[in-house]
Amino acid sequence: MGAAARFIFRRRGSNGRGKGWHWTDIVTWVWLVCGLLIMFGPAVWLGFSSFKTPAALAEFPPTILPYVTQEVRVEGYDKPLALYEATLEGGGTRVLAEVRRIGIVSQMVDPNAPGEIIKVNIADRAPVRTMSFATENYTQPFVQFDFVQYLWNSVFVTVMATLITLVVNSMAAFALSKYEFRGRSVAMLIILATLMVPLSVIMVPLYSIISTIGLFNNLWGVILPTVATPTGVFILRQYMLTIPDELIDAARMDKASEWQIYWRIVLPLAAPALAVLAIFSVVWRWNDFLWPLIVLSRRELYTLQVGLSIYAGELNVQWHFILAMTVVTMIPVVLVFIFLQRFITTGIAGAGLK
Amino acid sequence: MTPIASSSPASNRRLGSILFVPVQFVMTLIDAPLRALQKLTGISGMAMFFLAPNMLIFGIFVLLPLAINFVYSMTGGTAFFLADRTFIGFDQYSRLFECGNYLDPLSCQEDAFWTAVGNTAWFVVLQVTLMILMALGTALILNRDLRARSFWRAVFFFPVLLSPVVVGLIWKWILQRQGLLNFALFEMGLEPHNWLTDRTWAFAAAVAVSIWAHMGFYALILLAGLQAIPKDLYEAAEMDGTKAARVFWRITLPLLAPNLLVVVVLALIKAVQVFDEVYVLTGGGPGTSTMFLTQYIYETGFASQLRNPGLAAAASILMGLVLVVLTLFQLGIGRRTEGKRKR
Amino acid sequence: MGQIKLTNVKKSFGAVDVLHDINLHIDDGELVVFVGPSGCGKSTLLRVIAGLEKVTGGSLEIDGRRVNDVTAAERGLAMVFQSYALYPHMTVRQNLAFGLENSKMPKAEIAERVGEAARMLEIEPYMDRRPGQLSGGQRQRVAIGRAIVRRPVAFLLDEPLSNLDAELRVSTRAELAALHARLSSTMIYVTHDQVEAMTLADRIVVMRAGRIEQVGTPLELYNMPANRFVAGFIGAPHMNFLRGDIVEHTPGTAILSLAGGYRIAVDPGTAPVTDGQKVTVGVRPQHLTVSRDTASPKVRLGLVEALGAETVVHGEIYGERLMAVLPGQQGYRPGDEIHLDLQAAPLHVFDEQDLRLFSTAGAKAKAPV
Ligand SMILES: Nc1ncnc2c1ncn2[C@@H]1O[C@H](COP(=O)(O)OP(=O)(O)OP(=O)(O)O)[C@@H](O)[C@H]1O
Ligand SMILES: [Mg+2]
Repeated sequence: MGAAARFIFRRRGSNGRGKGWHWTDIVTWVWLVCGLLIMFGPAVWLGFSSFKTPAALAEFPPTILPYVTQEVRVEGYDKPLALYEATLEGGGTRVLAEVRRIGIVSQMVDPNAPGEIIKVNIADRAPVRTMSFATENYTQPFVQFDFVQYLWNSVFVTVMATLITLVVNSMAAFALSKYEFRGRSVAMLIILATLMVPLSVIMVPLYSIISTIGLFNNLWGVILPTVATPTGVFILRQYMLTIPDELIDAARMDKASEWQIYWRIVLPLAAPALAVLAIFSVVWRWNDFLWPLIVLSRRELYTLQVGLSIYAGELNVQWHFILAMTVVTMIPVVLVFIFLQRFITTGIAGAGLK
Repeated sequence: MTPIASSSPASNRRLGSILFVPVQFVMTLIDAPLRALQKLTGISGMAMFFLAPNMLIFGIFVLLPLAINFVYSMTGGTAFFLADRTFIGFDQYSRLFECGNYLDPLSCQEDAFWTAVGNTAWFVVLQVTLMILMALGTALILNRDLRARSFWRAVFFFPVLLSPVVVGLIWKWILQRQGLLNFALFEMGLEPHNWLTDRTWAFAAAVAVSIWAHMGFYALILLAGLQAIPKDLYEAAEMDGTKAARVFWRITLPLLAPNLLVVVVLALIKAVQVFDEVYVLTGGGPGTSTMFLTQYIYETGFASQLRNPGLAAAASILMGLVLVVLTLFQLGIGRRTEGKRKR
Repeated sequence: MGQIKLTNVKKSFGAVDVLHDINLHIDDGELVVFVGPSGCGKSTLLRVIAGLEKVTGGSLEIDGRRVNDVTAAERGLAMVFQSYALYPHMTVRQNLAFGLENSKMPKAEIAERVGEAARMLEIEPYMDRRPGQLSGGQRQRVAIGRAIVRRPVAFLLDEPLSNLDAELRVSTRAELAALHARLSSTMIYVTHDQVEAMTLADRIVVMRAGRIEQVGTPLELYNMPANRFVAGFIGAPHMNFLRGDIVEHTPGTAILSLAGGYRIAVDPGTAPVTDGQKVTVGVRPQHLTVSRDTASPKVRLGLVEALGAETVVHGEIYGERLMAVLPGQQGYRPGDEIHLDLQAAPLHVFDEQDLRLFSTAGAKAKAPV
């Protein structure tokens, strides 16, 4: 542990110069540790809490792990009784089941000898608790509500939009990076200029276009407006510019058609950039909220984001379901984060895009 | 962007063999008609073919809406189909600007609009200032001689990927009356609050949550900027015995300035459009205390009983103007720093 | 098969004219080398022939068929690029087969052709590697192989050896010559290395600024350069040029006066010379010899480069710089003064427009007056 701590808490000047802790070292570590707690904490807390029963969720003070009070069926009582560890007057402890509570006195029975009632001060008893994961938080919304449908809609939108984005953007990027033609700079300019046109500026007319062409309440109405991303064209084009033109000339000499050059030469060589765009596109489309909220008004069409937010608005108190579904909504993004974080951070640092 | 080192051929091949067969079949099928097309158009004509799908979608779903937004903003009624709407000139704009007293949003006819504008303005100022300062601090700290830097970078970056709905719900739950925050305060002997039902606290929560969700992105860009500053400058300063604070003000900050400016403008552009996570967190409430411009446009255009798409379009155009100014500003910065680099 | 004829070919990129009125006839089986300084348009001319660039004027014929509007794929030519342009994501085998697959050749025939090329170029051991896993020389062979399997009407090679190290370049050059002899198909070869040009070419095309300066066999260019540019470009180290004028002439003799007043009598042949005409006299460094005659032009030496087999001396003569390659090891040091025998050397005389007036045969030159 000591060696590990020394390794992690390497300080300014620890490469042989400084001694002791400079104030900036302290600031650094306070900031990093707080960052760890504040940035990761809520998600971790959410993850654990999503397995709690409604009762455990309402508990104050809350526990980190999901515990439930153990219950037993005792002969002569209809309902299961909660188990407590009671400290008896004569000293020693016994595990007893609570029958009822009157004031500060709890009437208890020994589950093995249900005949005799034992009275215990409520301060002298502590619930017997075991860890238990309330998986019904997850299964119920899928079974009872439409969450399976929402999940499927989200997957459909994400996969379709990403595939179309990759094809359409890479074709455009190919045209804009490897051909000389009139209007090329105009096309580039338009794409760059609209890099910053946000949905909130065009949502009213966009909605009217979508409904005019019959895509209102249609998942394609969610997909199509998002696929011609200027950002995607931009990063792919930048990458394709680094593919030598001589390769394309060579392919032309090799009797390849332009289409073959695109998919047999340029696409495979642009694979790293395509991968980055694919990751971004998956995250974007999975997370989209406002536009699906506008286009989809039928329950069976909701994406997870829309479904979850509307569900959370309706059933304000059913936090156990909401938390579980939030975790489900978060999972793909967390997977992307765990496995592909490096791609994304280098992508962002390089191109400054989101 | 920096080309990412080519992925290992082995993994390429594995992925390739799964996807390749059906894809190859389709692509080969397409090839014959496209060869014929190429005969007609010539090689450079094919550029148009490659460009067409993107430009078509782009035209229909971005350029066209951008253009007819103006038409929309000059029509009235509740219909969405453009032909069913009546032309009313600039009435929507004058409605937005009709105020008894220009210093008091409540005296305006569209008081909700002006409340949203005011909220957004406050939000932009607070959120951008605090967030950039924190992002700068984080970037400086991450740029130090740290072990496991990529781990720490990932820590701050993590919330960026989360969806606004997830962000909103997590914090709504933590900030609720029996939430984690109140428990923590209670433990520390401080007074719990009902964060999301108090006007001021709800606004503060909106700012804080939005900073939480986006700070890592800006820290990442600033970190990249810091790492691009040549190390020998610092070494030279160290040889001269320059104090750390002076190094920061005289070397780090000036060299980071272009990145910082870009980041500020980007953050401004994003902040002006604030909606999703706050909408999930507070729904714009309590009252209208966290209702921002995008929510106003959304509710005026779609959600409210008395919807008025024309008014929403007019408001969105005003917002678009602000964004255009900011974007031009950003492009200007880009051009200037590029020019400097060339020189 | 494999005749290429260019008539008044022009090429411009927008407002920039890169090729002006190129006229050239290349015979079947010929190995023609384009040389010229960087940026003179060699690659552009090659790409125009290949069909990768469209001509903007004139006509281009391959085997008597006008191909101005025929695409690169249909001209039946194959090209080897300077950077090799191997497809990095394909194996060597796939690289070789790609062009054949595109022309819908049966699989068996593709395999046969690829195998044959691989044997010929001795690249069989690497057939399943990717270009990134090959050395420069091996990549070069693959690039040539990709051209060979196509059995093209003509090969176009754009500086194919320039990315190889010096030693490999010499051996690959020899292999290329052997390959040409074996395939006996037309080859057009671009280089700016004149040794390559001299050793490989049946004919050399010297270009400058988008124009052809001279076309001829290597020795024609060396012995009878059409103008001062070609004279300076062909031969290494490059030819010395001395200013002079013709002071008088009679049929069969002309008296040349060099800047320092040194006079030589030469035979202008039938060249039209006039008295008082300003000329430039060119003499190759290798043709200069040391003279014992103190009346010969005196050279004050600057740099002396002892290369072992020969000694290159740089010096100044009548205020003009001059270089001489002297045989063997000479004991000269900078600052020494030597006399050089100009009249024994073959001289090339150029007029004020830098066009060659006449050349002398050297040994037959007359004694000084
Ligand atoms: N696509 C183009 N657009 C405009 N000018 C061009 C283009 N391609 C070539 N040029 C110009 O044409 C001229 C000839 O270029 P080219 O590549 O043919 O030279 P080169 O003789 O092959 O030179 P090097 O020996 O350096 O390869 C150059 O001045 C170049 O700048
Ligand atoms: Mg060239």
